[in-house]
Amino acid sequence: MTGNPHAPNHLAPAGPGLRLTRRAALLGLGGAISLGRASLALAAAPTERRFVVILLRGALDGMAAVVPYGDASLATWRPGLLTGRPGQAGGPLDLGGFYGLHPALAGMHGLYAAGEFLPVHAIAGAWRVRSHFEAQDYLEMGDGEQRIDSGWLNRVAGAIPRPGRRDNAIAIAATPPLILRGKAPAASWLPENFRPPAALLYDEIAALNRHDPVTGPAFADGLRERGFIDMVQGGRHGRKRFAFPALARVAGRMLAAPEGPRLAAMEMFGWDTHVAQVPRLRYPLSALDHGLVALKAGLGAAWAHTAVLVVTEFGRTVRENGTGGTDHGTATVAFLAGGAVAGGRVRADWPGLAPGRLFENRDLAPTAELRALAKGVLAQHLGLDQAALLRIFPGSGGVAPMGGLIRTSA
Amino acid sequence: MTPAPIEAAIRFGYGPKPGESLPADAALWLRGQVERPDPLANGPGTTAVEGLEALHADILDRKRGLKPERVRRIYLAEARAVGDHLVDTAMPFRERLVWFWFNHFTVSLKRPFVAAVLGDYVRTAIRPHVTGRFEDMVLAVMRHPAMLMYLDNARSFGPDSIVGRRRHIGLNENLARECMELHTVTQAAGYTQADVTNFARILTGWSISPPLLLARGAPAFRFFAAAHEPGTPPLMGRRFPPGEAGGVAALRFLANHPSTYHSLAAKLATHFVADAPPPEAVARIEHVLATTRGDLKAVSLALVEAPGAPLAKLRTPMDYVVATTRALALPPGRRFPVLPAMAGLGEPLFAAPQPDGWPDTAAHWAAGEAMLRRVDWAYDVAARAGTHDPVAVADAVLGPLLSPATRNAVSRAGSRREALTLLFASPEFMRR
Repeated sequence: MTGNPHAPNHLAPAGPGLRLTRRAALLGLGGAISLGRASLALAAAPTERRFVVILLRGALDGMAAVVPYGDASLATWRPGLLTGRPGQAGGPLDLGGFYGLHPALAGMHGLYAAGEFLPVHAIAGAWRVRSHFEAQDYLEMGDGEQRIDSGWLNRVAGAIPRPGRRDNAIAIAATPPLILRGKAPAASWLPENFRPPAALLYDEIAALNRHDPVTGPAFADGLRERGFIDMVQGGRHGRKRFAFPALARVAGRMLAAPEGPRLAAMEMFGWDTHVAQVPRLRYPLSALDHGLVALKAGLGAAWAHTAVLVVTEFGRTVRENGTGGTDHGTATVAFLAGGAVAGGRVRADWPGLAPGRLFENRDLAPTAELRALAKGVLAQHLGLDQAALLRIFPGSGGVAPMGGLIRTSA
Repeated sequence: MTPAPIEAAIRFGYGPKPGESLPADAALWLRGQVERPDPLANGPGTTAVEGLEALHADILDRKRGLKPERVRRIYLAEARAVGDHLVDTAMPFRERLVWFWFNHFTVSLKRPFVAAVLGDYVRTAIRPHVTGRFEDMVLAVMRHPAMLMYLDNARSFGPDSIVGRRRHIGLNENLARECMELHTVTQAAGYTQADVTNFARILTGWSISPPLLLARGAPAFRFFAAAHEPGTPPLMGRRFPPGEAGGVAALRFLANHPSTYHSLAAKLATHFVADAPPPEAVARIEHVLATTRGDLKAVSLALVEAPGAPLAKLRTPMDYVVATTRALALPPGRRFPVLPAMAGLGEPLFAAPQPDGWPDTAAHWAAGEAMLRRVDWAYDVAARAGTHDPVAVADAVLGPLLSPATRNAVSRAGSRREALTLLFASPEFMRR
């Protein structure tokens, strides 16, 4: 590698040459473009690059998804939340001797083996609030201190216009979530008559109505009739009903189309596991896992030029609470997946779980910041320079982009 | 008994709209809505005459092999306006009364021609009379082309009338029967089949102006003397003058019959008080009807003063959709279409399957799949919510009626969308 990835020739005049120089910048080649690289550069010009953000609303317990089983303190904090050792039935799927993936994440484990999956652990946003609503706003606005009236992915769309296409970004949602709201045009799409299942939300709704003589029995009947029990337990019937993998496949096809958008936002619900976390987390994790595999299938060959960033607003308490769940915490895990990702390892500066190491004596301590991860992907994958990154994440000058996230050869 | 402002907004309206302040004095607020006229009564829109002309033009188009578009366009514009007004009205109590009476005098797209004049029907036959005299509403309804088409009176002919004799055609009892059974005295009055047939005879000739007359400026309603059955057949032991006046007198008689007062009182109390209203509440409203000769303004005020508890009634899909839309406080541009949502939840406002309209009790609406559909829909629309604090929305729309369990669930939900869905799926929000 030579030169600076943010070399000024990134701003070369528009035309065929632009793509070359952008790619050159991506590759860290600076001004040193050789003809020998040209075909490669054209094949993977910036407009070929796809970037997807999946928001997990409700706070994923990072230590349930990527279990730091090698940390001796883990079992003392949450004995009831562990599902066994790697190699045991129901135990985590090993990620190289210290971490293991939740057993429902077999598809991600396969991507990991192929070097296309990169968990980033002990990461958190810049905010330290434990309100879902506030934290999700910050996660989507791209700030930790003040409110901005647009979402950061919208500002990314503004930074990489596509000639001939009005909107370069799409939300797989009824209306664009905050992350895609803003000046740059963004489409949103859901299949007609699509009813997003409320999944585990129904459980809570049934509980709210349980003692009501009118609505209680009605909800109970309705859930029984729909075979909801299967759905909660992640049975075959339930999985079919859960739409995320189906949506992810279609999103992949849209992104793969030559004229399609290059940026997409998706969202998933059902992560707020205050109660009975072990059974309740299996289902959304499985849906996310199937969703990533389906996204890859939908993208086809374009997967090689894709990076998917999976983020949640904060993590959950290290200690198991009194109802077999966890409460709102701080650091958690984020995922990067895709053919363009330099994966096959877990990236973390592990803070440790020994007493005294926890953040505010309750949470996994953050050792990395989400903006650093996002800026790293945007710089290396989409070739955005320092100035663009500062427009996308205002006030993030002190947060260096994480390096080494994207493969430097395709 | 004066309800608290938020109770008034829920029991007598479609629930509060966050951001709009509640009335300081609930009794004054409700009374004001009853005493001021409905701004939409006889207001602008496609008139019955224009609707009928569009209908005839569509029929001609269809004969020519063209796609008829006029009535469809008229209907879609009316439906959209109805949906917007339900959400935005500053007089929600009056609006609830409007749709109560519309449902009482149901007309439905099950007869597709009705689409051409539905908007005018609500504007001219229902709205102006909601706080007027019941007998005047009956007369307006029975003369409106929507009802005359829906229940077939436009093609009922006196067998001994000029037209009947010449064309060998006769009575259609549909409107006469439903008017007695559903709109006025009900079967409790003990009438016979002969009464129904005679009433149908009395109503013969009540019809609609044909295109040629409309083109010359005739009103939509027309009494065709040539189709009217001669004579003065008895109705429930009484005789009425011959001709059009006989129908008017018969309708005034039926509208003010004690049995009518009783059934209206029971229906109103079931709508505003409880599925099984206390007999005292029914008696009170019945007394007002009887002593004021069907003054619906006095009746509406009596409803406010009648004893009743908030959240005693399950919201119908219509109430539920409107209340949810109001709670989300979306600007019209970002709103989902309200009428299709009602249809999706099982109560297409203008497409009741039968002339008795939509049921009004939990026994009908609290079915398993129906309740789940509400939640599916709420989950869908909750995604459109802005960045309001869901707990603040819950407090604003339910106030002290919000249960601690629901408040807790809303405040702990994993996202705004889930929080709002929990609010809209809570037992208290399901009620009014």
